[in-house]
Amino acid sequence: MKVLVTVKRVIDYNVQIRVKADGSGVEKENVKMSMNPPDENAVEEALRIKESGKAEEVIIVSIGEDKAQETIRTGLAMGADRGIHVKVSHDIEPLSVAKILEKIVEKEQPKLILMGKQAIDDDSNQTGQMLSAKLGWSQGTFASKIELENDVAIITREIDEGLETIKVPIPVVATCDLRLNEPRYASLPNIMKAKKKPIDTFTSEELGVDVNPRMKQLKVTEPSKREKGIMVKDVAELVQKLKHEAKVI
Amino acid sequence: MNALVLAEHNNSELKTSSLSTIKAALEIDQNVDVLVVGSTCDNVTNKLVGVKNIKKIIVIDDHEYLNPIAEFISPILISLADNYSHILAPATTFGKNIMPRVAALLDVAQISDIIKVESEDTFVRPIYAGNALATVQSSDSRKIITVRPTSFDPVSTEGGSAEIEKLSFKVENKKVEFIKREETKSDRPELGTARVVISGGRGLGSADNFSLLNDIADKLNAAVGASRAAVDAGYVSNDSQVGQTGKVVVPDLYIAVGISGAIQHLAGMKESKVIVAINKDEEAPIFNVADYGLCADLFEVLPKLSSELDKLNTIQK
Repeated sequence: MKVLVTVKRVIDYNVQIRVKADGSGVEKENVKMSMNPPDENAVEEALRIKESGKAEEVIIVSIGEDKAQETIRTGLAMGADRGIHVKVSHDIEPLSVAKILEKIVEKEQPKLILMGKQAIDDDSNQTGQMLSAKLGWSQGTFASKIELENDVAIITREIDEGLETIKVPIPVVATCDLRLNEPRYASLPNIMKAKKKPIDTFTSEELGVDVNPRMKQLKVTEPSKREKGIMVKDVAELVQKLKHEAKVI
Repeated sequence: MNALVLAEHNNSELKTSSLSTIKAALEIDQNVDVLVVGSTCDNVTNKLVGVKNIKKIIVIDDHEYLNPIAEFISPILISLADNYSHILAPATTFGKNIMPRVAALLDVAQISDIIKVESEDTFVRPIYAGNALATVQSSDSRKIITVRPTSFDPVSTEGGSAEIEKLSFKVENKKVEFIKREETKSDRPELGTARVVISGGRGLGSADNFSLLNDIADKLNAAVGASRAAVDAGYVSNDSQVGQTGKVVVPDLYIAVGISGAIQHLAGMKESKVIVAINKDEEAPIFNVADYGLCADLFEVLPKLSSELDKLNTIQK
C-alpha cells in the first residue's frame, strides 16, 4: 500500500504575523517558514504505518513555489521515501489544490491519503474534505487516532462535543489533528540521506488543472488591537475591579 | 436570491450555532430557508418554527441521519443547491466536515469561517489565527459559506411562523459506519456560549490540579476551557480546547490561569470583553492582552479567589 502525505510550506507558527501597510497581504519576505504543523503529524502517522508493515511507500506531495521543495525535504528527512512537487507561482485556493491532488492520486494510486486538518496560514480547513468528495472516497477529518485493519480504517475524530469514532473502507482521506501523534525530529544522517531522495516536479499546466482563483482578496487588515490593561496587586483588588469597574461578576 | 442554512443539532436540541448562522444568512438575503437533517428531530424543527423571517424549514427525518455523517448529508445539499444562491452552515466541526464536500461537488470555492457580511458576495474572514482579517469577494455563482458562530448574535426563536416542508432522501453511499460518540457531560454552561469562561494551561501541572478551576467555575457559573498544552498533557479532554484549532470563545469575562498566551491560544479568546490573566511569569505574553493581570502563583491565587467570591456572594445575598 502507498500512503500519500500532503505538506504545505507556511509561515512558522511562532512568528508574529505582520500585515503589509498597503493591505495587500501579510509580510512573507525574510520570515521563517516551516511545515504546516498538522502536516507534520500526517507525515509521522504515515511513517508509523509503514514501520508497522502496513504500507510499503510514503510519498510526500507539496504544491507551491520552488521553495516548497524544502518542505518536501523535511518530510523526506523524517523518513518518507520520495517527493512530488507541483509548481505554482502564486497562492492557490483549496479547490484548486484538491484538483491537483486528484491528478496525483490518479498517477500514484495510493490507498491512504493523510493531510493536515487545516493550514495555519489561510485557516480554510477544506482541502481534505474536497479531495475526498472529488475522489468519491470516504473521509475521516480531525483524526486523533487512525487504526488500519485489512480493508477498513477506524478513525477517532475530534469534534466540538468530544470524540467520535467511525469505520470507513479504504481508500480513505484522513485529515490529521495535532493530537494524533508526536512528530519525530529528523536525525542528521537522515537529513543527509534525504538530499538524495527523488522529487518529481510537475506544473499545474502539465497536470491540466485550472488554478484560477474564484475569490478575490480585496484587502487584508489588522484586527483591532487590545489595549494593554493594568496589573493588580492581589486577589482582593482583582475581584473589586471585576465587580465595580468591569462589572462582569 | 435565496439562502439555505444547514442546521446543527443533536436531534433533541437545536445548537445556538444554527441561530447565529441564520443571523448571517439574513444579513445576506431576505429569503432564508433552513434545512434540518436528523432522526426524530421534531423538537429541533419546532424550535426553528419560532424564528422570525425565515421562509421555510425543510425537514428530512430518517433514522439513517441519526448521526451527522458528511458523506450522507452532502448529497442532500447538492440536490437542493439549484434553488439557492447561498448555502451556509456553522464553522463548527459539524459544518467544517460537511461543507467543503458540497463546495467541491458543485465546483465552487468555500468561504470559510466568515465573521462579517459586507455584501451578498463579499465577506470578512480571519486568517493567520485571527492575526489578520481578509476581505474576500467570491465570483462563484453559488456561494458555500461557513459562519463563525460567535461573530453573529443568535436570532430569537420567538414570534415566527415558518412553514415546514418534509422531504425524504435516502442514503445511497452507506460506506461510513458510525461507531460511537464520547461526549463530555457537564452541568456547566457550554464553552462556546458561556458568559464567563475560566481556562487553565500547563501551569496547572496535573489533571487533579485542573479541577481547582471547577470550584471557581461553579461560583461564577462559568464554562471551563483549556490551552492546547493542557489538553496535550492530558489534564482535560479535547473538547475544552480554546484556540486556533480548538474553539473560539467570546465571553464577557475570560480568566486565563497558568496560560502563557501562545498566538494559537490568543486566536481563540482575544475578542473576549474582559480578560483576566493569572500567571507567575511576568513576561508571559498573555499579560499583553489582559485587562487585569495578576502576577502570582496560581496555587495561592485560586483558593483566595474562591473565598473572595464567597464573600461577594454573601454580601449580594
